[in-house]
Amino acid sequence: MKFLGYRRSNGNIGIRNHILIFPTIICASTVAQMISSKVPSTVCVTHHCGCGHIGEDAEQVIRTMVGFTSNPNVAGVLLVGLGCELITPDGIAGELAKAGQRAETISIQEAGGTTKCMEEGKRLAEKLLAEASTMKRESVDVSELILGTECGGSDALSGLTANPALGIASDLLVAEGGTVIISEIPEMLGAEHILAKRAADGEVEKHIWELTTATEASINAMGVDIRGAQPSPGNIEGGLTTIEEKSLGCIRKGGSSTIMEVLKYAKKPTKKGLVIMDSPGFDVSSDTGMIAGGAQVIVFTTGRGTPVGSPIAPVIKVSSNTTTYNKMRENIDINAGTILDGGDTVQSIGEQIFNEILEVASGKLTKAEVLGHREFAINTIGPRL
Amino acid sequence: MSEKAIILDKKDNVVTALRRLEEGDSIQVGIEDYTVNIVLPQNIPFGHKFALKDIQQGEAVTKYGEVIGLATKQIWRGEHAHIHNIESLKGRGDRQ
Repeated sequence: MKFLGYRRSNGNIGIRNHILIFPTIICASTVAQMISSKVPSTVCVTHHCGCGHIGEDAEQVIRTMVGFTSNPNVAGVLLVGLGCELITPDGIAGELAKAGQRAETISIQEAGGTTKCMEEGKRLAEKLLAEASTMKRESVDVSELILGTECGGSDALSGLTANPALGIASDLLVAEGGTVIISEIPEMLGAEHILAKRAADGEVEKHIWELTTATEASINAMGVDIRGAQPSPGNIEGGLTTIEEKSLGCIRKGGSSTIMEVLKYAKKPTKKGLVIMDSPGFDVSSDTGMIAGGAQVIVFTTGRGTPVGSPIAPVIKVSSNTTTYNKMRENIDINAGTILDGGDTVQSIGEQIFNEILEVASGKLTKAEVLGHREFAINTIGPRL
Repeated sequence: MSEKAIILDKKDNVVTALRRLEEGDSIQVGIEDYTVNIVLPQNIPFGHKFALKDIQQGEAVTKYGEVIGLATKQIWRGEHAHIHNIESLKGRGDRQ
């Protein structure tokens, strides 16, 4: 099975052709936004990172920045820095060169202030944009796709309609030789034993238990009941009573395939098939981690409704119920509520989601893209110094 | 799924409402060869759960054939089963 994608010089397949303006430090966020606004077909992110990280936290932030900016949906990236930060444009660009990603760098201190940096940045962004404009889509195999799965604003129907339907689509992609990521470890608590049983081998099974045990221990270290955060107030209003109940519905997004490996946050899969990535249940940082891990597309199920998108990856939204779909039609691409009230089945909506993934991979815009939703968050794990 | 409520596994002792259900509604639910009629003693919001049978305090509450928590008090058949009478066994930092 084929779709139309962009083959990058490093062999990776992109499904979008973005020029990304990326600050490596929060202090360069405004200048990055100014540059992006002067070159309208570019995309830009802002974030709270870049300085004050140590140890594993620093490694994770750097891994996320390198992974995100080298996602194959990015044709070229302009890295914007301040000049005295821990994570510099040149440092990230060095990693991007190894990955074969096109990058330019600029820093505010060296350029001589906001205005000069913005003008110089604008010139570099225009150059990257002109280069990217010559790239063409070609027919590529579906096995090149990495799908990130996400659920947010879940209700009790998510586990009955949207998530199992996405599970069908996940299984179809895995059967075609593609890769599917499931993340959000707090939303596996109470369902770990089901995932562990599906591990490819004893090593993967051990990793699943280690990850879920460590996640639960870090939650318990806060000394409070998880309920209120997991399930969230909206989840509870939607009928989800405990984290176990939520998790049992959440894990159905990944379908029924064998779990091939367990990845750190923002790490690239080394195997095809279904993989688990360490991430919080907090949607936007979970999406960012999977996209930094190479996911070109996200399918995001929702019960209560959410507008969330990504600056560089299309996010296909699937509602669990028709009421939410009708209320937030401008945000939702597919309504799985018809499994309940419209004569559809989990299988038929699953196939519809899979077909939509292929259409979107070939260029069809998602509703989040049309509306300009570009949420981005890096999951930090250490003390901020 | 045209029914009003659904039992997801034979081991389950709670039922999920597939529409808003009203006090006094007589709901027929079943799975495989098992069917039961329940007259609801109270309203059940869309997507929420009610007890399929009487659940004792401390008994496991089961959905998808898996334990989703423990009953913190007696839950009578047909009664709304939610955070006021079910607690989680996971992520209980308050118990450490």
